[in-house]
Amino acid sequence: MTPTGSASHERHAPVPPWRDVRVLRVAGQVIVVLAVVLFLGFLATNLTSAMSARGLSFGFDFLDQTAGFEIGESPVPYDATDTYGEAYVVGLLNTLFVSVVGIVLATILGVLVGIARLSPNWLLSRVAAAYVELIRNTPLLVQLFFLFAILLSLPRVADTIALPGSVYLNQRGLFVPGPQPQATLALWLGLIGFGVVLAITASVVAGRRAAAGRPTHRLAWLGLLALLALAVIGWIVLAPMRFDLPVRGRFNFQGGLALSSGFTALLAGLVIYTAAFIAEVVRGGIQAVRRGQLEAARALGLSEGQTLRLVIFPQALRIIVPPLTSQYLNLVKNSSLAIAVGYPDLFKVGTTMANQTGQPVPVIVLVMGTYLTLSLITSLLMNLYNRRIQVLER
Amino acid sequence: MTRRIAFPVAILIVALILASCEATPTPSPGVSGAASGSPAEATPVPTPAPPPPGGRLALVSGRGELICGINGGLPGFSFLDQATGENTGFDADFCRAVAAAVLGDPEAVEFRATTADQRSTALQSGEIDVLIRNTTWTVTRDTSWGLFAPTTFYDGQGMMVREADDITSLEDLEGATICVQSGTTTELNLADQMRALGVGFTPSVFDNIEQTYATYDEGNCDAVTSDRSQLVSQRTTMSDPSEHVILEVVMSKEPLGPVVPLGDDAWFNIVKWVVFATIEAEEQGITSDNVEEMRDTSENPVVRRLLGTEGELGIGLGLQNDWVVDVILAVGNYGEIYDRNLGPGTDFDLERGPNSLWTEGGLLYAPPYR
Repeated sequence: MTPTGSASHERHAPVPPWRDVRVLRVAGQVIVVLAVVLFLGFLATNLTSAMSARGLSFGFDFLDQTAGFEIGESPVPYDATDTYGEAYVVGLLNTLFVSVVGIVLATILGVLVGIARLSPNWLLSRVAAAYVELIRNTPLLVQLFFLFAILLSLPRVADTIALPGSVYLNQRGLFVPGPQPQATLALWLGLIGFGVVLAITASVVAGRRAAAGRPTHRLAWLGLLALLALAVIGWIVLAPMRFDLPVRGRFNFQGGLALSSGFTALLAGLVIYTAAFIAEVVRGGIQAVRRGQLEAARALGLSEGQTLRLVIFPQALRIIVPPLTSQYLNLVKNSSLAIAVGYPDLFKVGTTMANQTGQPVPVIVLVMGTYLTLSLITSLLMNLYNRRIQVLER
Repeated sequence: MTRRIAFPVAILIVALILASCEATPTPSPGVSGAASGSPAEATPVPTPAPPPPGGRLALVSGRGELICGINGGLPGFSFLDQATGENTGFDADFCRAVAAAVLGDPEAVEFRATTADQRSTALQSGEIDVLIRNTTWTVTRDTSWGLFAPTTFYDGQGMMVREADDITSLEDLEGATICVQSGTTTELNLADQMRALGVGFTPSVFDNIEQTYATYDEGNCDAVTSDRSQLVSQRTTMSDPSEHVILEVVMSKEPLGPVVPLGDDAWFNIVKWVVFATIEAEEQGITSDNVEEMRDTSENPVVRRLLGTEGELGIGLGLQNDWVVDVILAVGNYGEIYDRNLGPGTDFDLERGPNSLWTEGGLLYAPPYR
């Protein structure tokens, strides 16, 4: 048996470097990196020379200057004598607030609509399909204006709708009593914690006694009763929470918590829009689970709800999470449309800063950097979650 | 296969590198010091930009059209008339005046509508030749946006409220919601004035003019603040103009005028003198009806110099010697421009007030044209 072309017998002529695959691979990568670095360098030089030619400078010193403008809604105290930096933080907090609440609500709505679309109930699935198709195919900005116009058509302040519990609804927003935690709140919470521990212990002991066949004397219920009693008596005695009721002033309601119409329009718009996309992602995930799983679950006698909850959804989740991350990032970035409905978010503060200081480029870099950071944090958290639910099937 | 594609790809990349080396611009000689190595220092004094080769005048003449930044949504100043498709208004007419001076044709204008937020970058990038968009002259804007030509409209900031609310002064607005546009001096002045008076309020800020006034009209705001001329103009667009009243308070000085990009002195001079020419023409009694007659027959040396019959002053600016005649024929003198857009015959009927000639107690004063 003659070995054919056996490398161990012949010595190949040394391969010249320009034909050696290993050399070429490395050289190719080095050259690409060099090219990218040179290109970025060219862009940076172009930018700096063009900016200085127009008398613009690149620096972030304006962040220490006085802002001079008021911000309509702010979770932290702010007024016009604060710096641009502080104004920017207020904008950032507003964006974060609407993004976080938006993500939570959009997920809930999106999952419900996605499951509804797969329902055997004809009306439910068609309504869900119509919702998804309509919302996905119209621009978000248009939807925001529409929702804002609807909210503006609520009664004026003079004709405010008064709801029970000191809640007021008018075109400027929803005004509810604002919780004001008192000093005794920590004590009350501690009491509740103690009560919870008591109730859990009681039910565990009751369970053990029941397993051993001994009478439980309704220990579990007693534990629960003790918790309830502690909560109620603690509330009455300690008064851990005061409520700041909204009071009608000459023009607006003072005090209490206000959900302004701008914020509500933005939140509703973002939630409805993103939920439509999330619904499709969820639907795709559910439909990707092998049919055999569904049949096996049915064969075990699980109901529809149990099948969905215990068998289908956990498996679908592995497929849903990566595109879901994209939708969350979209929501965070779409929140920059807040200026269209008068909600002062980070983009609005940024553009005002760019105008008043006359330095658009550093401000744009700052705004882009902020959105990039928010997006990276969101996708990092989602990827961690993704890794946890990735069950290795090997 | 890797071998076969790797080599041509490597050649392509080397070619790209060589090409990008060629394209790296050398910073212009006047600003090489400023360009290198000081990105993090305190804001340096802006160095005047080298104008486009030949200057903006050559650029505009070569293009054959003037790019003029306007509001587009402010009746009386610059408003796109839906019926005729024409941009009408006080500011729009000054755009036409500049076009008439430089290009001889008042209609050779491309009007670009910009929001209050966009106008600064439009100027700074040199995208527009001149911004005539009810822009207030401030020191920050003078140093960072562009150079301000003489004020064409002396205005002040005011407040518009609903008559039924029984408000007579700013103090009555305690706790109110006030609509305002973002990126304006109005926003800053509002905060200043209310702080000085110790009045608390909630601003409702929008980026476009239509949304601001629509939200006020719907009742979401108790008041809206802006330049008084803008309030008068926008009141005509409200669903019921008689419901609204403009308070007598004047919250600030708002001198409105054209702005040109930084760094081009010759272009700045041209726009500056177009404004002065219209004012001087009104002072000398030159109107669009009699300008040609006065050019041909007037014996007044001031008029003869202004209209180019004597001297070479227009040439010194880089224009035709009788450019003032073109301007007056196209849009008329200052008084005609004002009356046509804001005067007694219009919905606004704004009094001249400070916008009259200095000889009549106003602030309009043109330097001698000689």
